[in-house]
Amino acid sequence: MNIYVIMKRTFDTEEKIQIENGIVNEDGAEFIINPYDEYAIEEAIKLKEKHGGEVTLVTVGDEDAEKQIRTGLAMGADKAVLIEDEDVENGDQYSTQELLAAYFKDKEVDIILGGNIAVDGGSGQVGPRLAEKLGFNHVTSIVKLEIEGSTAFIERDVEGDQEIIEVQLPLLVTAQQGLNEPRYPSLPGIMKAKKKPLETLDLDDLDLEEEDVEGKTKTVDRYLPPEKAAGRILEGELDSQVSELVSLLKNEAKVI
Amino acid sequence: MSKKILVVGEIRDGEFRHVSFEGIGAAKQLSGDGETVGVLLGKSVSALANKMIHFGADRVITVEHDNLSQYTPEGFTQALQAVVEQENPDGILLGHTSMGKDLAPKLASRIGSGLVSDVVSMEVSGDDVVFIRPIYSGKAFEKITVEEGLTFATIRPNNIPALEKDESRTGDVASLEVDVKDLQTIIKEVVKNTSSGIDLSEASVIVSGGRGMKGEENFKILDELAEVLNGAVGASRGACDAEYCDYALQIGQTGKVVTPDLYIAVGLSGAIQHVAGMSNSKIIVAINKDPEAEIFQIADYGIVGDLFDIVPKLTAEFKKVLA
Repeated sequence: MNIYVIMKRTFDTEEKIQIENGIVNEDGAEFIINPYDEYAIEEAIKLKEKHGGEVTLVTVGDEDAEKQIRTGLAMGADKAVLIEDEDVENGDQYSTQELLAAYFKDKEVDIILGGNIAVDGGSGQVGPRLAEKLGFNHVTSIVKLEIEGSTAFIERDVEGDQEIIEVQLPLLVTAQQGLNEPRYPSLPGIMKAKKKPLETLDLDDLDLEEEDVEGKTKTVDRYLPPEKAAGRILEGELDSQVSELVSLLKNEAKVI
Repeated sequence: MSKKILVVGEIRDGEFRHVSFEGIGAAKQLSGDGETVGVLLGKSVSALANKMIHFGADRVITVEHDNLSQYTPEGFTQALQAVVEQENPDGILLGHTSMGKDLAPKLASRIGSGLVSDVVSMEVSGDDVVFIRPIYSGKAFEKITVEEGLTFATIRPNNIPALEKDESRTGDVASLEVDVKDLQTIIKEVVKNTSSGIDLSEASVIVSGGRGMKGEENFKILDELAEVLNGAVGASRGACDAEYCDYALQIGQTGKVVTPDLYIAVGLSGAIQHVAGMSNSKIIVAINKDPEAEIFQIADYGIVGDLFDIVPKLTAEFKKVLA
């Protein structure tokens, strides 16, 4: 089976975010594999364990992503591709779609797995966009996956309800929490990962011009929400706290 | 300024999701002297079309087909693409719901368009619009402009106001024939976990429980509080993992993102996973026995104490005041 995972290096959103002049300050920040992509990597490795084949990780980013790619390889993926986006102007989800589609166009693919969203940008667009561009079926937000022959049996999370779906390969799916528990890389896995192939591609390698991948939208500013004034912790007898709270919600906050 | 904006309505269990009307409200801001056109896709939807007009759409286009009886990416993309080709709009809006998140990027890819996801507000001046959307799990925001092509966006429920409903508004409802075919995705079954009642993502009051609830049976006191406030009950991941309630109630980065007017957090610590799903609520009340709990950092009002004492008293007090 030819199994691919599209993964992204992201800022760890457990961290404090600092923004200066519209730019997120990344100094000293912790970077991780996007947590939803970790589910995708785990599921890809499980598919390989069951059906055989090869797992390839594909990332769009810069050379700093090698650390996260090596972690994915240490989990059990076989090889990886880094598509460099430094020449992409105003990169947006359209740009990423075009870069990935150019990479995949001559590949034999059974399934591509990705995360449901990335915790940094949070748009969740790239999976369905890429599937459409490749002419594949897609199923987003999956919590269960079984493949028999060329048919996938899937449970999809729909805002708390579950859809039971049957769909044909080739297929792109995006992982929701609950799909699996990602494994930790083993020590031998980490040693092996250092020698696994990592191919780096740029626009020229993909036969793309800068204008082919220019974004359709542009981020013009980023900012932190205004700092919230410290909340009021009520004091006194419990009964009077309760009546004070109700009165505040009614008369001060005016939400009831 | 004069633009034609399509708003794709969403119907669930025979009723509109309110975000459909919020989309019309947003389109009215964008369209200026132009036109706001409602779009309804489904097996049998034209009877509902007038409601989009009551909420401000100038006219409505319906596409009805047996293959649209439930949402599938291919079926709805085929139908919506046909509407887009007929209407040649300047913009398209959908709700940032399970359907919108799935359909909008597929259509954007097919028609080579940009797309701004999960918009919570807009700054419109003349022909220009700046979309504002949360990033980093709601810890920050970004402003986005459209550089080329369609103004295509999904909007987060409960953030952009709908217009007042006015049943005297009239407008044309036209159907478009589309041969929706070759569906590859077969939905065998839908397992409903969500109870009837108020949709969490659209509720104006949410009462939410965490691990401090200590058991499934104790969620009853949250139900009672929510009922008095005409609200919905939610939960943290911790409470769901502990099987106190169904995952359908989960609010957070995984689960639902909510923006109610009033969010009452009961016995939950305020982990980032959860806060990402509710931090933009207008007013947050925290009830927790641990004064150091992180939820107090983002709360507008807090009571430190035993939730099993506080919640029933609170329910009684609301009953009294709202009677």
